[in-house]
Amino acid sequence: MRRRPFALAVLATTALAVSACAPQESAGDSSASGSGSCAPADLATVAEDTLTVATDEPAYEPWVVDDDPTSGEGYESAVAYAVAEQLGYSEDQVEWTRVPFNSAISPGDKPFDFDINQFTINPDREQAVDFSSPYYTATQAVITIGGSAAEGATSLADLADLRLGAQVATTSLTVLTDVIDPSTDPVVFNTNDDAKLALQNGQVDAIVVDLPTAFYITSAELDDGVIVGQVADSGESGDQFGLLLAKDSPLTDCVSQAVDALEADGTLADLQQQWLSEAADAPVLN
Amino acid sequence: MTVGAPGMPAPSQLELDRRAFRARRSRRSTLVALGSTVVFAVVAYLVVTRSPGWPRVQTTFFSLSNARDAFPDILRGLWLNVQVLLVGGVCVVVLGLGIAILRTLRGPALAPLRLLATGYVDLFRGMPLIITLYLVGFGLPALRLQGLPTSPFVLGTLAIVLTYSAYVAEVFRAGIESVHPSQRAAARSLGLTHRQTMRIVVLPQAVRNVTPALLNDFVALQKDVGLISVLGAVDAVRSAQIAVGQTFNFTPYVVAGLLFVLLAVPSARIADGVAARARRRQQSGSVL
Repeated sequence: MRRRPFALAVLATTALAVSACAPQESAGDSSASGSGSCAPADLATVAEDTLTVATDEPAYEPWVVDDDPTSGEGYESAVAYAVAEQLGYSEDQVEWTRVPFNSAISPGDKPFDFDINQFTINPDREQAVDFSSPYYTATQAVITIGGSAAEGATSLADLADLRLGAQVATTSLTVLTDVIDPSTDPVVFNTNDDAKLALQNGQVDAIVVDLPTAFYITSAELDDGVIVGQVADSGESGDQFGLLLAKDSPLTDCVSQAVDALEADGTLADLQQQWLSEAADAPVLN
Repeated sequence: MTVGAPGMPAPSQLELDRRAFRARRSRRSTLVALGSTVVFAVVAYLVVTRSPGWPRVQTTFFSLSNARDAFPDILRGLWLNVQVLLVGGVCVVVLGLGIAILRTLRGPALAPLRLLATGYVDLFRGMPLIITLYLVGFGLPALRLQGLPTSPFVLGTLAIVLTYSAYVAEVFRAGIESVHPSQRAAARSLGLTHRQTMRIVVLPQAVRNVTPALLNDFVALQKDVGLISVLGAVDAVRSAQIAVGQTFNFTPYVVAGLLFVLLAVPSARIADGVAARARRRQQSGSVL
């Protein structure tokens, strides 16, 4: 008999403790939702008067030079600053944060206003997150090193019997499995760094990456890198990179308008010219 | 002690009261336990389902259609895990036992072997499995030696065997040292050599003593085989990751997780059964 009040107290405390962590009303985000104006004062950003931009760690060239997005060097870093400027933020008002892939795509509050990290837009993903208008359309390319079995391949059929690899959760992998459709299972790496290592080790004959990355890897990172060619049919909708925002973010429309404006006035084309190598001289694989 | 057992006097009124009291108490505690469980379950359910983010969590982690789409690939990946588990499991036991025996060798001339085995255990038990995987999986092929395997399956299994045999060697060694010295002394006094003593007297008892611990390590191994995906092998975890990358929906991870749980359940029951059998055998003829 004497124990009962204690037991009840324990139960009540537990129930309280459990319920205490639940009913939190996320403040702020429900109020202003795309009410027309895109001026910094009207945007419901994560931090007031600051545009918080996320990318992965490390960020790779040619998208971000030297893993330092604050420099504005590299295509994505430059695009982020251009979008910020278009929205009316000064360079000092842009704050960078590092967010790994899985947290960028997980549900819940995001610690960034938008994430720029070669996210390919596709309808499945749009169920989970918002995308801006595309800021780049990439094709996929097959790269290898001199002396490998893939060197000299001139068609997708030449590649089909080789061991091919790609990074997980990328359009490169989708193109590898759906378009190239190799006879042996593709080797799927955590990062392009692992894929490069495996390529140098001879564990795979060739890897699939997007074309700008292909130019960078073969010219700057591999001693004897060779671009076998670009894949003509990179998926039905192409591979369009969009800025990633939280699902139903109030900023999506404004950010998309900014990207559209940059596309229209030729800024994006200029930045591509400046930071991404020309695609013209990579042979097309059919 | 049932009522009216032959040759026993009928229980007194006091004893009957006592029994009734005990029965009441036990009914009552069952009801309280039931009640508190129900209250806790309802509170937990309400807290989770009425939280503001629940609809998003539900569609992101528990989407039936995503689960259905990803399931065949994940299942195919799981088969790879099972293969690594079976091949790796056998190698781990053999290698682990060998190292344990090396570590328990006596005699000054055998010091180098003992040192080697001790060094091996220190190195691979201390090194995080994921780093062993990277070093073996990407480092060995970098030597570009003829005939060295480059398949992530072989290299991944090798790395897992290296790490787990170090753990299992320690389990075996604990088993060997748990056999009372008098057993060894008795065997030697009967004229058995060191090798015979080990094989006939010590090891059978040692292995029996540590079987539950070994099965526990086996269950741990079942999950860790999922780590070979970092080398590029498309196992259950990697298949789930590919599906997550395409859809940004995390349900495939939940599916893969549940499949691993299903894989672990039989091993857990086998471990329970083995432990129960050992208890029965040790207590045969007496009840404690």
